[in-house]
Amino acid sequence: MADKKEYKVIGTRPIRHDGVDKVTGRALYGADFQIVGLLHGRMLRSPHAHARIKSIDTSRAEAYPGVKAVVTAKDFPGAGDAIVDLGEGAVSLKHLQDNVLASNKALYKGHQVAAVAAIDPHTAEEALELIDVDYEVLPPVINVRNAMKEDAPLLHEDLRTDEMGEKSEKPSNIASHFQHKKGDLDKGFAEADVVIEHEFTTATVHQGYIEPHNATALYNPDGQLTIWCSTQGAFTVRAQVSEILQMPVSKVKVVPMEIGGGFGGKIQVYIKPVAAMLSMKTGKPVKVLMSRADVFEGTGPTPGSYVRVKIGATKEGRITAAEGYLAYEAGAYPGSPVGAGAMCIWSCYNIENALVDGYDVVVNKPKTSAYRAPGATNAAFAVETVIDEICEKIGMDPLEFRILNSAKEGDTRVDGPVFPRIGFAETVEAAKEHPHYSTSLDGKYRGRGVASGFWPNFGMKSSVAINVTSDGTINLVEGSTDIGGTRASIAMQAAEVLGISAESVTPIVADTNSVGYTDVTGGSRTTFATGYAAYEAAQDVKRQMIERAAKLWEVDESEVEFADGVFRCTNGKEEEIDFKGLAGQLDETGGPVVGRGTADPTGAGPSIGTHVVDVEVDPETGKVQILRYTATQDAGKAIHPSYVEGQIQGGAVQGIGWALNEEYIYNEKGEMTNASFLDYRIPTCLDLPMIDAVIVEVPNPGHPYGVRGVGETPIVAPPAAIANAIYRAIGVRMRELPMSPGRILKATGKI
Amino acid sequence: MPSKVHVQTTINGEEVEFLCEPRQSLLEVLRDVLYLTGSKEGCNNGNCGACSVILDGRLVNSCLVLGAEIEGKSVETVEGLAEPDKLHPIQDAFLENAALQCGICTPGFIVAAKALLDKNPNPTEHEIRYWLAGNLCRCTGYDKIVRAVQDAAQIMSSEVSA
Ligand code: FES
Ligand code: FES
Repeated sequence: MADKKEYKVIGTRPIRHDGVDKVTGRALYGADFQIVGLLHGRMLRSPHAHARIKSIDTSRAEAYPGVKAVVTAKDFPGAGDAIVDLGEGAVSLKHLQDNVLASNKALYKGHQVAAVAAIDPHTAEEALELIDVDYEVLPPVINVRNAMKEDAPLLHEDLRTDEMGEKSEKPSNIASHFQHKKGDLDKGFAEADVVIEHEFTTATVHQGYIEPHNATALYNPDGQLTIWCSTQGAFTVRAQVSEILQMPVSKVKVVPMEIGGGFGGKIQVYIKPVAAMLSMKTGKPVKVLMSRADVFEGTGPTPGSYVRVKIGATKEGRITAAEGYLAYEAGAYPGSPVGAGAMCIWSCYNIENALVDGYDVVVNKPKTSAYRAPGATNAAFAVETVIDEICEKIGMDPLEFRILNSAKEGDTRVDGPVFPRIGFAETVEAAKEHPHYSTSLDGKYRGRGVASGFWPNFGMKSSVAINVTSDGTINLVEGSTDIGGTRASIAMQAAEVLGISAESVTPIVADTNSVGYTDVTGGSRTTFATGYAAYEAAQDVKRQMIERAAKLWEVDESEVEFADGVFRCTNGKEEEIDFKGLAGQLDETGGPVVGRGTADPTGAGPSIGTHVVDVEVDPETGKVQILRYTATQDAGKAIHPSYVEGQIQGGAVQGIGWALNEEYIYNEKGEMTNASFLDYRIPTCLDLPMIDAVIVEVPNPGHPYGVRGVGETPIVAPPAAIANAIYRAIGVRMRELPMSPGRILKATGKI
Repeated sequence: MPSKVHVQTTINGEEVEFLCEPRQSLLEVLRDVLYLTGSKEGCNNGNCGACSVILDGRLVNSCLVLGAEIEGKSVETVEGLAEPDKLHPIQDAFLENAALQCGICTPGFIVAAKALLDKNPNPTEHEIRYWLAGNLCRCTGYDKIVRAVQDAAQIMSSEVSA
């Protein structure tokens, strides 16, 4: 299964380039940024889940000593109701602005309403208490099914359902309903020997990155705005800020600082435009930081959802029909990841007759953001547990069932695309062959579960420039934020082309004025697409270096070949020179060499994984302990295997947290009651065993080295795998996330 | 604004004096007064360990200590670990084991691991997990962090015995 190609750099495990800075505390993250004359901004947030804002009086705050400026939605440039495209689909500018500073309505507790800039953070916090907001409190709706009811409180009086492309007449909380369909469902279900249908619900969960959002903005009188911040995409910050503040993109420069995690949650802007507005008013640099509670209450979680799944199969284990219904909470404004959920729900399998209905529904919760394979985990929890039940009914090994039904090259997905070469069956085989699966699991209240997860992966745009240095190293300028070691994985691809070591590359994540357009670090695209651009840039360097060698030897370019890091003359002359040697002679052969590469590749190639988990359930407390965990995944080609394993391990553990502990807990007023890391409990190292990550390599034909994105897939399978393991342990099927001790005790009739 | 307190203390072996407001936490003082930004704020209420420092030999969350409290005491932060020409073995082990992804939790983990190995040079896996349970990492799933601490323990004890 392994890729047979021989590589020098790819597949090795060099020390990451930013490593020393990050273990010594020298790396500068967004909140670490300092500049002379800095003011500090803080946000006032709505204490209500749903309220009309009748008036805001900022005069007392403005008069408070040390306060330099106060802003509200009134300070936005008027924009009407334009539709803007930020590269990820059209959004309403009004919604974009309203989410940053609420104008007439606050739509969730934590919604930003006003901001203060002052001489220090504490003064800013004190001044927030002096802003008088007159609210008319409205009834909230925080659950997707309630929000879909005819008589539900309406968040947006002007929202009309996009019903399969047609706008409906009546206002509704349902922003859209769409459908993917394949084959003939009735026929498929008629062919089935077993049909199983269940309903599932999942709670709202947060990305839980450890670094809160931050932004420092400086507006100059010449109209030039600079923003230093941690973000998954400097260019998407530029695009959003320029739309929200109605400024040309060329007037906004975004400087990406190091970023302390994102997982999809640091794409949308919240405080960045506000920092800019405060700087515009004061003429000073303004730094705005969020608290942990701000992050939970005011930034995009991933949706709570209601999912219904019906699957039919023959007694030989062939899926004959599948029907899914996905209703996802968008949060306060339309745009949940239900589209991606519907893309993923059936995509592990080759199913002839299938249907999926998707509903995007607004509720009084923060606007949802992407979170690692957004939308896929909710759907997989349902599908993969129903499949487990089918396997039990027909007496088939669940991994065999998956191999039998696995989607393969040439199969058509229910949502349309035809599969290129994928490695799903290979990941299931790897799980089956792993010693974990054949080791017996003894003991009461213990069980083993398996599940698989799919993510399509994305390409999108990237730019890279390479400058050759006279000592034979290169500087590689890229626009992709490095969240998990991508400086290394991108540098290694360029090094491979040029026959130099990974250490001979100095990767630089540049600001938006210093590198070509690059989309976000998200969609598992960075090693794939920015790596692709780096490959192209290195090829450009190689072409130019061949020209230089030809010049040096006074031969034709066609008489120079480059292999294994050495340029050789092929016309009989005994000439050869390595990359370093030639780099030292650039001055004599025409001056500097700069290579460039851009990419917008379409062949991202899905990545699929299969997980095996052993659990033990404490029947007294309902606590589920993870005893052993193995995750296999198709990485196409692992550029830096350690960081691929890291993605798989980290994703699996986020999935374990989602499965067992994590949820936004709301009271009847629609207020989140657990907005801290104490009460919103993410896994600690004491909760976990080692996570065995098994890399499967089925090269992606859409990338020169066969890379598939790996970041998102590993979060998809865990909740279902754990639910299946819990069933084996205590005989109870869990259909609600999280499977927290209380819910386990309820399900077993203990409480 | 409340008037400031004058504090004399030792940070990473150097004598330091500063002025701070009585309400400023040690974390704020380190970051905003002394510009030692290696200690990070993840929660500001003692739940994430990103701000871990060693205060008179004891591991603490610097967000839960007041700046004024460190008068006459000794503080070790992540910035004090490496020598000019050499990383601390724990830092090396984190790099070798790829025990960081975004790296925001890394200073806290490294400081906490140092406090552990200062006390218990040969911890079991369970002891490592128990000790580090106050430090949250959202990226790695902890596997490589635990292995890095195991490796560092081994390297440090072989250095001592050599
Ligand atoms: S910032 Fe101190 S424990 Fe989180
Ligand atoms: S490496 Fe990102 S939080 Fe630990």
